Amino acid sequence: MVPNQHPYLVLPLLMAVAVGFAIGPLALAWVWAKFFSPNKPGQDKNATYECGLEAKGDAWMQFRSEYYLYAIIFLVFDVETIFLLPFAVSFTQLPAGAFVAMLIFLLLLLEGLVWAWRKGLLTWK
Amino acid sequence: MIDESLKSDLQKQGIHLMVLENAYNWGRANSVWPLTFGLACCAIEMMAASMARWDLARFGAEVFRPSPRQADLMIVAGTVTKKMAPLVVRLYNQMPEPKYVIAMGACAISGGPFKQGYSVLKGIDRFLPVDVAIPGCPPRPEALIHAIMTLQEQILAQKLTGPNRPRHLNAAVAGDFPVPVYGETDLVPANNPAVWHPPVIKR
Repeated sequence: MVPNQHPYLVLPLLMAVAVGFAIGPLALAWVWAKFFSPNKPGQDKNATYECGLEAKGDAWMQFRSEYYLYAIIFLVFDVETIFLLPFAVSFTQLPAGAFVAMLIFLLLLLEGLVWAWRKGLLTWK
Repeated sequence: MIDESLKSDLQKQGIHLMVLENAYNWGRANSVWPLTFGLACCAIEMMAASMARWDLARFGAEVFRPSPRQADLMIVAGTVTKKMAPLVVRLYNQMPEPKYVIAMGACAISGGPFKQGYSVLKGIDRFLPVDVAIPGCPPRPEALIHAIMTLQEQILAQKLTGPNRPRHLNAAVAGDFPVPVYGETDLVPANNPAVWHPPVIKR
């Protein structure tokens, strides 16, 4: 140890070595490719997909609106689970008011589900 | 060139001298990354070769890449149907240079037992430059390991300069191969005359 050395000097040193270790081989590979290995682009090589098949059509397609309704109905069960678990965990310490409030909350969600069911949204058309 | 006796003296002391060509080829030969790509039952033997019992990792070739952009070696393991052939050629075109092809098994070499089938390509060498061919139906994992060792020997023997330098160092040679189209009765064209030289029968 050098006596007058800053105690944190080792950090920037390590940092420099780490960055050099990462950049050095990459730079060597780049220099090698630049001077020795000619670039050979092609139609297949520049293609976006690499599964062997040619891409057909456009990625900007529209989804059916039924998916939106399914996502909404999924939220009913999702939110229910999030609130029911802490409710069940601390059930014994809760006053009666909290229990009634939770039942009303569940009823609201259930009402939405029943409404969607009666509208026929659960049947895929 | 360095004196051979001095070279061996230094080697005894743990100092290895070599030309850049040897170091470059040695590095490439020991990191041949195959494309994850199986067509038929030969692929099962290929999988076995990469697993613990045969352990392809000993030869630096265990890194099966799921993308052709990262692969060096295409192991055509199995029957190439005429419907699959354009995809195989397209995948090969998408691999960066330097790239190699191993035709594994009778089917990939010639169509094998399905040679008479209307839908089977009679050997991938009709469209791709095959470096090593492994006979067998299917070849055992040892045979695949032997093929990779043969390929390594080929890579180690490559000269990086001169008129016979490999394709990836020669700007004049194209790196991609024409992709056939799955036509009404056969592939169009039925072969690539630049790589496929049918045997001439002399009577």
